[in-house]
Amino acid sequence: MKIAVCLKHVVTRDGAVRVDETGSWIRDRDASFELNEPDAYALEEALRLKEKQGGEVIAVSAGPARVTQALREALARGADRAIHVEGDALARADASVVGKSLAAALKDEQVDLVLTGLQSDDQGFAQVGVILAEVLGLSHATIVMEVQIVDGKLRVRRELEGGWFQWVTMPLPALLTIQSGINQLRYATLKGIMAAKKKEIRAVPAPAGLTPLLEIRALAVPAKQKQTRLIPGSSPEAAKELVRALRDDVRVLEGGR
Amino acid sequence: MILVIAEQKDGVLNRASWEAIAAAQALGQPIKVALLGSPIGDAAGELATAKVDAVLTVEQPSLAMYTADAYAAAIAALVSGEAPDLVVASHTYQARDVIPRVAARLDRALVTDCVGITAGSPLVFKRPMFQAKLVADVVAAGPTPHFVTMQIGAVRGDTAQKGGAPATITAASVTIAADAVRQQPEAPFREAKQAVDLTQAARIVSVGRGIKGEEHIQLAKDLAAALGAELAASRPIIDAGWLPSDRQVGSSGQTVAPKLYLALGISGAIQHVVGMKGAKTIVAVNKDPDAPIFEIADYGIVGDLFEVVPAMIAELKKA
Repeated sequence: MKIAVCLKHVVTRDGAVRVDETGSWIRDRDASFELNEPDAYALEEALRLKEKQGGEVIAVSAGPARVTQALREALARGADRAIHVEGDALARADASVVGKSLAAALKDEQVDLVLTGLQSDDQGFAQVGVILAEVLGLSHATIVMEVQIVDGKLRVRRELEGGWFQWVTMPLPALLTIQSGINQLRYATLKGIMAAKKKEIRAVPAPAGLTPLLEIRALAVPAKQKQTRLIPGSSPEAAKELVRALRDDVRVLEGGR
Repeated sequence: MILVIAEQKDGVLNRASWEAIAAAQALGQPIKVALLGSPIGDAAGELATAKVDAVLTVEQPSLAMYTADAYAAAIAALVSGEAPDLVVASHTYQARDVIPRVAARLDRALVTDCVGITAGSPLVFKRPMFQAKLVADVVAAGPTPHFVTMQIGAVRGDTAQKGGAPATITAASVTIAADAVRQQPEAPFREAKQAVDLTQAARIVSVGRGIKGEEHIQLAKDLAAALGAELAASRPIIDAGWLPSDRQVGSSGQTVAPKLYLALGISGAIQHVVGMKGAKTIVAVNKDPDAPIFEIADYGIVGDLFEVVPAMIAELKKA
């Protein structure tokens, strides 16, 4: 089974984000980046499928030079080779441009399955996987929590809202967007890291002439929805005042609903 | 003209469809509402009570159970035929599955997960980015129709205006090729009944990534015991297996409205916030002053929960 897994290299979850001088993007020159968390689950699922079915896992990422770090990480965890769709503008490109760029890199690979995370931790449009499926003409399912291969077909458990699930069967080739928590992630071993150095990262240029369909006009810190009382002081002082306020001011410590 | 894509299941309208209608009505243009499925039942009649210009139905056997292929084909045909300026849907799991496919097929712009639309030319779509730490103004480029999905709960469904007389209901002629549908769905199901009903709790202590390790869950349990609260968690804690799934609050877990919700090390991603923003008093303890949870908190402590929580427990035990 030939599996491609699409990965995004995003600004770290825990890091502070600051709006840059243009007012329409973040100051990413001094930011730190990591593998997009939902994509890490997609990678893990791809590696598990390969272990069961045999075959090959190809890691693919579209973006500036730094995204090779995410690809190298994927290779260290067990991907066989990688494709880097190069382009500085891809760092902030919309879902349509990223989807078409990934599609161009994958169209001659004849993969059986494409996996990616359900959304990115940066722009979070939750569109790239589905767009990629449409451009490549693949059937798809989103927000997947379990993947099985049954009689050469794909059977997947989709998460629906409010605790509901649904099994869907479809032919290969197909594309799935993977929900976080579908599996337990593995981490790269020293052996894996050493092996990754010998694995190929093939660079391909981003396709020319792709037109963005979305433009970010402004980015800002969101307006507060509530008047938050931030309690200052040392931890014991703040804890004491918080307990007092909950007991005496809003009186939520006594009684039931 | 704005085309709203409503959603139903077993003939029952999804409440979020009223939010999409309300969002469309605020833009002051003619509105048509489309409903797909089989059977549609009374849902079309319910939609016709809204102040809209028409209700369009697409009712055929291939739409009985949702599949991405059948719904994408039907919506794409409908949108091509009606040629609206804007297509509005709620950002449901179904919309997330199908609307990007339709927009890609027509090669049109789609702005997902919006919390507001500012009327004008162009329309300006507000949506969270970077884990909701920032909010973006986004405009759509390229030819119309443009597509937008609205975050659940961003617009109140009960603000949707009702019409004087019922809107006309018309069956739209859309054909879906039988061989176009590749997915074979099975009936939706729920996991076994959940043991913990958080919806009835008066007080909830909820833990997120900031708790760092399974060994620290006990600390949150101790605080919950001292407060007479139930213990809950955000999704990453459940995914890690540190607490069972019936303790999860958020879009894929339970929706709660206790009088006290104390969030420990929870950043405040929208998927969590939708499950707890109805709490009367929200308290956040987080080391990151930029965490979005502070936007909805009544009380906040920017600090180390491993210092604050033991101090709170000691303080509660004093009284």
